[in-house]
Formats: sequence, structure tokens, C-alpha cells
Amino acid sequence: MRRVLANQELLLIGLMALLVLAVSLKFPDFFGLQTLFNVLTASMVGILFAVGVMLVVVSGGIDVSFLAVGILSAYATVKYGPQGDGPFGALPVFALSTAIGLGLGLVNAAVVIVARTSVLIATLATSSIYLGTMFAFVGGEVISTLPQPLQSLGSTHLFTAKGAVRGTTSLNILILVVLVVCVLVWAFLRFTIAGRSVFAVGGDAEAASRAAISVPRTRVLVFAIAGAVAGLAGIISVTLSGRADPTTFMGRELDTLAAVVLGGVAIAGGKGTVRGAVLGVLLISLVTASLVPLGIPTIWQRAAVGALLIAGILLQTAIGRRQRIRPILDAPAPEVTNA
Amino acid sequence: MSAPIVEAVGVSKRFGGVRALTEVSVAFRPGEVHCIAGENGCGKSTLLKVISGAHRPTSGQVIVDGTTYDHLTPRQALSAGIEVIYQDFSLMPNLTAAENIALPRSVAGGRRLYSRTAARTLAERAVVRLGVEIELDIPVGELTVAERQLTAIARALAHEAKFIAMDEPTTALTWKEVDALFAAVGRLKEAGVALAFISHKMQEIFSIAERVTVLRNGAVVTSGRPDEFTHASLAETMTGRGSQSFDRVAPRNKNRAPALRVRGLGREPLFADVDLEVGQGEIVGLAGLLGSGRTEIAEAICGVRPAQTGTVEVLGKAINVRSLSDGVAAGIGYVPADRLTQGLFLDQPIGDNLVATHLPARRGFLNGPAIERRKSSVVRDLRIKLGKLTDPVRSLSGGNAQRVLLGKWLVGEPKVLILNGPTVGVDVGSKFDILGVLNAQSLQGLGVLIISDDVPELISMCHRVLVVRSGRIVRELSGDQLREDTVVEAVTA
Repeated sequence: MRRVLANQELLLIGLMALLVLAVSLKFPDFFGLQTLFNVLTASMVGILFAVGVMLVVVSGGIDVSFLAVGILSAYATVKYGPQGDGPFGALPVFALSTAIGLGLGLVNAAVVIVARTSVLIATLATSSIYLGTMFAFVGGEVISTLPQPLQSLGSTHLFTAKGAVRGTTSLNILILVVLVVCVLVWAFLRFTIAGRSVFAVGGDAEAASRAAISVPRTRVLVFAIAGAVAGLAGIISVTLSGRADPTTFMGRELDTLAAVVLGGVAIAGGKGTVRGAVLGVLLISLVTASLVPLGIPTIWQRAAVGALLIAGILLQTAIGRRQRIRPILDAPAPEVTNA
Repeated sequence: MSAPIVEAVGVSKRFGGVRALTEVSVAFRPGEVHCIAGENGCGKSTLLKVISGAHRPTSGQVIVDGTTYDHLTPRQALSAGIEVIYQDFSLMPNLTAAENIALPRSVAGGRRLYSRTAARTLAERAVVRLGVEIELDIPVGELTVAERQLTAIARALAHEAKFIAMDEPTTALTWKEVDALFAAVGRLKEAGVALAFISHKMQEIFSIAERVTVLRNGAVVTSGRPDEFTHASLAETMTGRGSQSFDRVAPRNKNRAPALRVRGLGREPLFADVDLEVGQGEIVGLAGLLGSGRTEIAEAICGVRPAQTGTVEVLGKAINVRSLSDGVAAGIGYVPADRLTQGLFLDQPIGDNLVATHLPARRGFLNGPAIERRKSSVVRDLRIKLGKLTDPVRSLSGGNAQRVLLGKWLVGEPKVLILNGPTVGVDVGSKFDILGVLNAQSLQGLGVLIISDDVPELISMCHRVLVVRSGRIVRELSGDQLREDTVVEAVTA
């Protein structure tokens, strides 16, 4: 299976290379640091959401509340949280948003476990509640003046290079945070018993519970991590865009889920990698970035994502079909005895 | 006698209104193989699940090493050294065999970190100890049924267990693997491990048990040493009635074209060179281990998963089966293995299920009165016990649901009926009735092909038994060769 998954990931990389090549042939300027930085910047928030969702999907269930968790955490933090000062002033702001996200994740877990309902239904409900709560009690107006530390963080870059045509292009330092989260989640899934339990529960919850794995505890952990990561993604998004707009992510759940499926995460649970989820997000960002130079209106971006999603699912069923047949025949025909 | 390691005391278990276990008390002592025997559905597996903590008993206790538990959790059970090989294996299909073997103990031991290499080493040791070969590094879902069964066994042997329970552990194994398992059981016995062994194979029970406890309808009927029983007396204790058999009537007219004739049927990489014939009025058995290809052959004949090569004839007429509806049209009926998920619309009315495959119609419009007549005639013929024809199938007992499924196929008046494990999970009384219906139908000229691993059942019913191994028919047994030992030997060779 690892081999097949790797194939799907190779396919994504191949597809991206092809896309870059095709656009670059027409616009040589497209092949350069500017495109790389643009795609990475556009992917940063998406990658975090995708990694969180991937965890939930692997444990068995489709989470649709992550964007609501992200924006509620970030918006409430910006509105009521610490303004922060000093060189590390952003730290408490980020910590608070992450903590709120974690709390909302625990609420998700509680609903799933107590109501014994599917993750999709539970998060559909909590998602609406979170958004409703935000507009009713926190507010709905755009905050365009962020706390000072966030403003300066938003313009602190890791790399800055000359632009392809004019000006400069740069990559924000927060990419390091995204990288660290990815590494942490990868290590969690690979090196901890709790991480392996996530796969076990997603593979067969009944068998997992007979193997002494606590299914509810695993779910709580998964939702807590996914919530915290979503809270972090929210505040990073606010920092990068320089404003807190409660409607930022509305209706964008599909993009993240599409990325996760494209990355080879099995929608039925039990299979998925951080690497795959990241590649899925990068592909979608690259498609969006390619549409502009090709002169295709950006409204087609959604259609392109939908088409990619279908392609991803077709790929998975094709792989699934191929695996289902296990050979029974021995190579040589055995002696036929008729005693 | 040494003190028991694990003991069930007055354990009862209800599922809704159904009593699965009633006041069951059993003790498992160190160095002893204790067989729990009984018919399908007698509560054997439920008892094991109570002991392993997978089920919480309605009343009663489990005593492990002197500690009494009202409700044992799987984790407590594993920590106390209780290992269970479940009938359904209970493996995680997406994890590798190595991880499946190593993970439970790490979890129960409260470990936090997972090491792939450590898991691999542990699994390798367990497999070597069992004396078999398993591919450890690919997901269990991609292994064959036999390999999965061996993985489940290796998992139980991987740790220093004090008590190991095995629920039908040999269903998919060849005799070589069964030998390896029994040798391992012998070593465990010497090491002072208590073993519970569930099987419905008489030979296995008599060859390895020190003690036999018989369950019937969820209660202990008797318990004793195996030498206090004979095969016949044990069977009688299990079923609660004397052995029954059918009058085997020879197929009436040998000169008539066979109901089903299959030549050179093959589908890579599942089966090849399958030749078989079922005469009119003949009952033929297809025997083989789980995963031997027996189901695949049947599914190819009836069109669920068509073959790539070979020919199929019904009553001497060549037919081309590309789908299940082709098969039905040509007079081939197929009753699938998992009657509850594959063959019936559980929430639809019983009557509608009976006529689902064959609706009488006139010029494209359903013929209401004819449909109703058919429904009642089948219910009468098969003596299905039901409230109303409009009740959902789900409201029926297992045996009656099975009869609805049979009835559904007999409505179409097939020339040949293929049944995959027709009596699996059916209570004893209904089982006998179902076999009786089949017998009566065959007397009217229906050709019947029964796929089953229940050897006594095949022997009591069939004129001939064909043995499938690794996707080929390797043996045909009839007449005097048709005995339990010869069939078992041919199947597990």
C-alpha cells in the first residue's frame, strides 16, 4: 500500500511539474522564485487546515467544521485577546487562538462521542453553531487594524527576492511555523502509540477496541489536535492578510477536503499521510496560480478544483479495485488425483 | 487440580430480547486445553468475548488470577495476560501484519512511543515461534484469508499470555498450518498456559482437548474429559437430538442433459480449469477452505464476477453469462454466503422480497394478482413462519430469513441452484428444514450445488463432493469415499 500511495503522490508531483512546464512554455517568467513564493504563501493556511482534517479523516470521519473553528478562534482572539508588545508579542496572541481552537475541537469530539453520530453530521452542526456564535456574540465587522506584533509579523519575511517582472517577491517567516506543525504531526502519526491508534481506529474501530485501544480517547485526541491546528491556521491567515474578516473562509471547505482526497487520504478512513495532504494543497494552489497567466478567469478555479477532486476519487477507486483481487491460483497446476 | 487462571462464574448475556448466555460457569486451568463445543449460535463466541472484555456481561463475573471483575475491559484483560483469537480475526486491515501483532500489547502496556523496528522484531519472533511464514510488511487487508488467520494466531502468541482463547482458528488453514498450530499449542500447554479452543470439527476436539464443555442455546449442557464421549454422543449432546440423515436418492435419469455443465472455467488469478457437472435432481457439494476459490467459482458460474475462459451449459444449452441477470434468465439461481447483507432487502416487506427477482408482468405492467398468488404459494411451500407478508424481512429469525432467500430463488423456477454456505449461522432446527427443502426440490429435478465447509452437512446431503484447492478442483469424492475423514483430508491437504 505504501508503494501505491507513493505512486499517487508521485502522480501529484508529476502533474505539478507538467503544469509548471506548460505555463512556462508560454510565459517563461512563470518559471521562477516568484511563482514558488506565491504558491507557498497561498498554500500556508490551506496546508495547516488540510493536515488537521487529514487527521480526522484518517481516524474515520469527514470534518467540515475546521474553517469555522479557525476563523472563530482567530477573530475572537484579535477582538478580545492580548494586544501584545515586545519582540515576542505575537506569541500570546497565537497561543490564545490555538487554545480556543483546541477547545472547539474538544466540543466537536464531545458531540461525536455523546451523540454517537457521524463526524460529518456532528461537525456540520457545530460548524453552524460556531459561525452563529461568532456573528451573534463576537461581531461581524472586518477588523482592519491588527495588534502591532501581528502587523510586524505579517511583514517579516524569511526570503526576499527580485520579482519576475518588477518589484520584489517574498516568503513570510510563518512558513517555518507551518513546517514545524507538519513535522510534529508526521512524527505523532509515525512514532507514537497514540498516532498508530488513529490509524487503527480508522481501519476498524471494533477491532481496535478489542486490541485495548480506547476509541473515544483517540477521537478526543484527534479532534483536539485538529482544532488546535485550525485555530493556529486562523490566526496565521489573519496575520498574512493584515485584517480579520469573519467571512474569509465561508464556503471554502471543499478546497481543503479536495486537497486531502487528492493527497491520497482515504475518505473512508485508515489511510493518509501528511506529505499527501501537503501535496494536495500545493497542487490546488498551483492550479489557481496558473489560471491567471493563462488568461482563464479565476471563477473557473472552483470548477478546476471540482474536476481534480473527481480525478482524485477515480484514482482511489481504481487503486482500490486493483487491490481487492488477491491471487488464489498457485503458479503450476497441482497434480490431479482421482483416488 | 491446579487453580484456574480464568474463570467465568454465572455469566449471562442478553442482546435486546435475545438471551445469548444463561448462567454459564467455566474454569480454565493452566496447562489444559479446554474445548468449548456447540452448534453455530450456541453462545461460544459470546462467552469468549465476555472473557476478553469485548462484551459486558448482563450478570455474573469473570475471575482472572483471583481478581473478580463485574466488567472486564479489553485493556484489563490484555494486561492480565488474556489473549483471544477471534473468529473474524479482529485485525486492522490498513495496518501491516507486524503492527497488528505488536500494537495491542504496547497499548495495554501503557507505552507511548512506537518503533517500527521493535514491532517488526517482535512480530518476526512470534511468527518463527508459530513455525509459519507470513508477509509482515504489507497491510493485512492485502493478505490471503489463511495469512490473516495466521496473523491473528501469531498476535496471540507474541506475548507472554497466561490464557489464550481460539475461536475456530483452523477454518482457513491447510493441515500443515494446523499441525504447526497444534505443535505451538502443545508447547504453550507445557509452559503452563491455559487454553480455550472453540471448534466444530470433531477430529480437532478429540485430538487436542483435555476437557470438553458443551454449550447449547447459551447454557452449559455437560462438561467432561473427551474420553467420556464418542463422536456420536458428543454430536448428540451438541444438537440435543439423535443424528439425522436424508434418504439419498440417486439422480433419476442419467441420460437427461445435466442441469449444469461447466468446462474449462478460468479467471486469472483466481481459478482455472474448472470442470463440473450437476445432473438434474443431483446435489453436488463444493468443498474447500476459506480463500480456496470456492466462492469465486460459484460467483463466476452465476455471473456475479464472470469468468474469462470456459463454457457454461444449462440443460445442454450453452449460455453466455456476463452478469447476474444473464444467469437468472438462463435458470441459474445463486444464494450468496452472507444472507443478511447480500441477498435480501432487509427493510422491505417479506412478500416483495420473495418476488423481487421474478415479477410476473403483462406488457411491461406488473400483474398484481399473479404476484400475490406467487407470494402465498412460496410461503406455503417453504413453511415460512411470518406475521404478515408486509412485515419487513428484518423481523424474521435467521432461519426464516434464509428460507425467504431460498423462496426468492425458487419462485423463478431455476434449473440449477447454487448455494454458498446455506446454513451458516442458522439454528439447528431451521438448518434441517432448509436441507429438507433442498432435498425435496432436487427430487423434482432441480440441480443443486452447495458450497460449504460444514463437512458433515455436505456428506449427509450430497451425491458427490468436489474439492477445491488453490483455485482448482483437485478431487472428486462419491459413493464409499464420501466420508468425513476423506473430505477433511482432501480439503486441508
